[in-house]
Amino acid sequence: MEVQKTALYDYHKNLGAKFVPFAGYEMPIQYKEGIVKEHISTRTHAGFFDVSHMGQFFLEGDETLIESLEKIIPADLENLKINHSKYSFLLNNEGGIIDDLIITRTEKGFCIILNAACKENDIKQISQFLKKNHKHVLNKDLSLIALQGPKSVEILEKLIPGVANLKFMTGNNFKYEGQNLYITRSGYTGEDGFEISISNAKVEKLIDYLISNEVKPVGLGARDTLRLEAGLCLYGHDLNEKINPVEANLKWAIAKKRKEVGGFNGWEKIKSLLANGSEKIRVGIKPDGKVIARENTKIFSSDNNEIGFVTSGTFGPSVNAPVAMGYVKSEFSEIGTSIQLEVRGKKYGGKISELPFYKKSYVK
Amino acid sequence: MSEKKFSKKHEWVSLDGDVATVGITKHATEMLGDIVFVEVPDAGKAVEKEGQAAVVESTKAASDVYSPISGEITEGNKAIADDPGSVNSDPEGVSWFFKLKIKDKGEYDSLMSKDEYDKFCKENPS
Repeated sequence: MEVQKTALYDYHKNLGAKFVPFAGYEMPIQYKEGIVKEHISTRTHAGFFDVSHMGQFFLEGDETLIESLEKIIPADLENLKINHSKYSFLLNNEGGIIDDLIITRTEKGFCIILNAACKENDIKQISQFLKKNHKHVLNKDLSLIALQGPKSVEILEKLIPGVANLKFMTGNNFKYEGQNLYITRSGYTGEDGFEISISNAKVEKLIDYLISNEVKPVGLGARDTLRLEAGLCLYGHDLNEKINPVEANLKWAIAKKRKEVGGFNGWEKIKSLLANGSEKIRVGIKPDGKVIARENTKIFSSDNNEIGFVTSGTFGPSVNAPVAMGYVKSEFSEIGTSIQLEVRGKKYGGKISELPFYKKSYVK
Repeated sequence: MSEKKFSKKHEWVSLDGDVATVGITKHATEMLGDIVFVEVPDAGKAVEKEGQAAVVESTKAASDVYSPISGEITEGNKAIADDPGSVNSDPEGVSWFFKLKIKDKGEYDSLMSKDEYDKFCKENPS
């Protein structure tokens, strides 16, 4: 398959981006200033991220559309208000996570933001449940820009009045340069911010404005350190088809009504897991010293039994310490439990830690 | 102190009598990005030419640091283990990685000069 590029590819190049192949796209991993500075400027001012590789999947249909989607998504879509968003998943028959996603109710149906690496398969999986009168399209004429950080609201409000009124996990239509934009207050960094769906034709103009307001470009490198500090999962690492939402410690994302009534893929399995707990569970991990426990690092109990593995690990620039996430046997998941991490053949101490590592309050 | 010599794996070496000081080059730090963890060897450890001797990690990934020269470690630079970021600021100065007592000066002589190394980096961009 030919490597794909987002509409901003040349723009990134001019900003001094270093590119890496990611999910079939050439994406910036970092720009000139490097991951730590990009991370810090997002936390202290604002940063923008080109996430146009992600799928923007639009669905339209009558009330049967909700019924169809609820077979594979365990959110309460019936009671989701227009312009409100939920974090949820696509589930397989075993309750495993096919992808994690944000679903927003629109005037005509739903918009689902899908992970780039999963989007083609996701659409196949969703389509199995759709009826003939349900229309769907993966929109390739739209870019998706995340603007994240404490100054985001002030900067975006000057350009697009009204965005300051959005609450966290809600969205709306706005006008910019004579075109319609859909903006949600959401993100993947633990900061206040927005995700802006904008036509490929207008996206450079928006970025020009952001840069003129000292919003720094941020690559995938800092996106990863930011989301990990915020305790957020990365699909393909912390989540996959063999992991279910109970194990992933994401049962909060299954709607209360759906937990009671079920009716979605893997419900039998998840019902039993909700009642009995799971054997392993996702936890936060803090190494005691400076050692970084990266993905696949083995986790041992203090008496040297292997109890799990790391799924994401890096140095957290805002925490100023290494941070990680992983899966351990549930009996070792209590906050503060001492563990050992095997790095390059040596065991280093660590502790099960609360998530997120970095706390920030969203605008609610 | 002798002139600095360079390896293809982006380490530098300087020699003072039979004690060599080894670090990673400015070019290496630019490729690595922000350095957030360093592990240096303890005194007494024997290292082979091109053998693994230390570890450096950036926000992106972990990399091994090889010794361009054989010998016995006399000192690891604890200051960079405590402050890994200092490697980015002065890689070819105060932020050396380790010192070792060498066995064969011929190994030092066979490394690249500054000019040869700069040319090597230009021809092998990564």
